Amino acid sequence: MDAAGLLACYERMAVIRRTEKAAHDLFLQGLVKGTTHLAAGQEAIAVGASAALRSDDYVFATYRGHHHALARGATPEECLAELMSRATGLCKAKGGSMHLTKAATGMLGSYAIVGSHLPMAVGAAWSARLRGTDQLAVAFFGDGATNIGAFHESLNLAAVWKLPVLFVCENNLYMEYTPIAEVTAVARPAADRAPAHGIPGEVVDGNDVVAVEEAVARLARRARAGGGPAVLEAETYRHFGHSRADPASYRPAEEVERWLKHDPLDLARGRLAELGVGTEAVAEADERARALVERAVEAAKAGPPPDPREALTDVWADGGAAWRT
Amino acid sequence: MADVITYREAVAEGIAREMRRDTTVVCLGEDIAAAGGVFKTTVGLRAEFGPERVWDTPISEQAIVGAAMGAAMTGMRPVAEIMFSDFLACCWDYLANEIPKVRYMTGGQVTVPLVVRTANGGGLGFGAQHSQATENWALTVPGLKIAAPATPSDVIGMMAAAIRSDDPVVFFEHKALLATKGAPPPPGHVVELGRAAVVREGTDVTLVALASTVPLALKAADVLSGEGTEVEVIDLRCLVPLDAAAVLGSLRRTSRLVTVEENPYQGGWGATVVSIVADEGFGLLDAPVRRVAGECVPLPFADALEEQVIPTVDRVVTAVRQLAAY
Ligand SMILES: Cc1ncc(C[n+]2csc(CCOP(=O)(O)OP(=O)(O)O)c2C)c(N)n1
Repeated sequence: MDAAGLLACYERMAVIRRTEKAAHDLFLQGLVKGTTHLAAGQEAIAVGASAALRSDDYVFATYRGHHHALARGATPEECLAELMSRATGLCKAKGGSMHLTKAATGMLGSYAIVGSHLPMAVGAAWSARLRGTDQLAVAFFGDGATNIGAFHESLNLAAVWKLPVLFVCENNLYMEYTPIAEVTAVARPAADRAPAHGIPGEVVDGNDVVAVEEAVARLARRARAGGGPAVLEAETYRHFGHSRADPASYRPAEEVERWLKHDPLDLARGRLAELGVGTEAVAEADERARALVERAVEAAKAGPPPDPREALTDVWADGGAAWRT
Repeated sequence: MADVITYREAVAEGIAREMRRDTTVVCLGEDIAAAGGVFKTTVGLRAEFGPERVWDTPISEQAIVGAAMGAAMTGMRPVAEIMFSDFLACCWDYLANEIPKVRYMTGGQVTVPLVVRTANGGGLGFGAQHSQATENWALTVPGLKIAAPATPSDVIGMMAAAIRSDDPVVFFEHKALLATKGAPPPPGHVVELGRAAVVREGTDVTLVALASTVPLALKAADVLSGEGTEVEVIDLRCLVPLDAAAVLGSLRRTSRLVTVEENPYQGGWGATVVSIVADEGFGLLDAPVRRVAGECVPLPFADALEEQVIPTVDRVVTAVRQLAAY
C-alpha cells in the first residue's frame, strides 16, 4: 500500500473509532436504545479488506458490523441516525445497530443470528458465477461462528462449487463472555478447520491494516481467477465488552494492556512514519475525522422520528405488508 | 404435450416453463439434477438446462436455503428444494429469521425473490419424520408467501407465479397428490398467488380445503350430495396471501363453514380462517363453525393409525352433517 492509500485507510479507521465512541456516548445519554456491539479495536479488518475489494463486491457482516458498514460507504450520520431511531437512519430505523445495511454499495447486511450469513455469501458468489461477472463475496464473522453448523456447510459448498468467496474470521478471542479457546478443540478456530474442507486457511494480524489489505488482495485475486474460496483468520481484540451491558471484567488485565498497546491506529501511524508521512498530515486526517463525526452526531440528532405508518411497510416487494385479500 | 400430466410431472414442467423464459431461474437441492429428485419432480431439468442451472448440493439444508437467499439478493431467481417438508426444521433459521425479515429490517433495501419447494404431508407411510404437513409452520412467519397447489394445472400456474414473485415463496407439493393426474394447462398459464378457487359450487355448507384435503372435500361433497346436502368446496391454494374474501363470499351463499386441514388442529391454518370469519363474518353464520384437522400427535406409520389422526372423508362428512342439521 502506498502512502496516500495508507493515509486514507488511517482516516477511515479514525472515523470508525470516533463513530463507535459517539455511539457509546449516545447510549449513555439515553439516545441509543437496545444494544450496540462496538467494533472499536477491530477497524483494521474492515478497512483493510475494503481497500482490497472492488466497489461491486458483496459484503456480509454480523451484528458487530458498524465498522463494515462504515468501511463500505455508509456515512457516520446514516449509521448514528439509525442507532438513534431516526427516519434518516440507514434502514429507516427498522434495523438498528445489529442490522446496518447499505445494499447500494454492496454491504448486503448485518445478521444477528451467529453464522447465518455465511451461506448467503456463498450464494452471492454463486450468483456472480452464474451471471458471468468476477465479483467476489466476503463474509465477516466472529470466532464464535466457527462452531456453528452453517460455517461447515458453507465452507464445504463453497469448496465443491469452487466459488469466489472469502471467509474472514475476526478472532477477538472471545465469544460473548467465554474465551473461544475453552470451547474449541483447535487453536485457530477458522484457519485450522479450512484445510479439512479443502480450503486454504491463513492467519493475519488483524490490527495491521496493511497486512489485512495484502492478504485479502491476494486471496481475492486467487478467487477471481477461479482458485476458489479461502479462509482468513484475522487476530484482533475488541476494546469494549461484548455489548453495552458488558464491562468485560472477565478479561485478564495484562491481556487487555497487551492488546491496547497493539492498537490498529497506532500501528498505522507507525507505518505512515516509515513511509515518510509527517505527523502534520496525520493530525490533519485526525482533525477531519473528528469534525466529520461531530457534524454527524448533530445531524443525526436533528433527524425526525420515523412515521409510525412505516411499521406496516416493506414486508413485501410491493412495499406493503398485506397478507390477505 | 400429452393430454394428461401427473402432479409430479407438473412440478418439473412448471419449473421448466419458467427456466425457458428467464435465464436467472436456477435450481438447487439434494439429488435434483441427474437423479431427477427423490420424488422425480425435477426429471428432465438437468438434461434440458445443463449443470450450470440445475445444481446438486450436499446434504446441507442451511447452505441450500442460505445460498439461495444470497443468490436471490444478487440478481438470480433460485428454486431450492428441501426434500421433505419435515427437513425445513434443519434450515428453519433461514425461513423464520433471515429470508422473511431482511427486506423489512433493511428498510426495503433488499428483495429476496426465491422459491423453496418441498414435499409435504402424509399418505405414503414414511413415518413421523417424513410425513408431517408443515405449512402451518410457515404460516406463523410474517414475510413468507405460502403456496400449496392441489392439481397439476395449479402446480404449473402457481409455480409460474411463485418464481416470478419478487417475494419469497414456500411451495408445498403434497406427497399424496404426486401421482394424481389432470389436463396440462396451456402455455403461459399463471395462477396468481392469493386467489382461491371454488372447485364445486353448493348452497348448504362451505368446505375450505388445501392441497391434499381438496380431493377429500370433493369426495365428501359427492357423498353428501346423495343425501341432499349441497356443499361448496373452496380450494384456498395459498395461505399467504390468504383469500379471505372468497371464504366470506361463499358464506354469504351457504352460511355454514367447515375447514379441512391436514396439519395438527393446534395452530393450524383453519384457526386463522375461522377467526377471520368470527371477526368479520359472524352475522353470515347460521351455525357454529367446525374444523376438521390433524390430531396433535406425530404422524404414525401404519395406515390404520394414520387414518385416526389426519382428516378422512368420513370425518368430513360427519362434520358437515352436523352443521347441515343445526
Ligand atoms: C445462533 C445464535 N446463538 C447465540 C447468539 C447470541 N450471541 C450473540 S453474539 C454471541 C457471541 C458471538 O461471538 P463471536 O462469533 O466470536 O463474535 P464477536 O461477538 O466476538 O464478534 C452470541 C453467543 C446469537 N446471536 N445467535
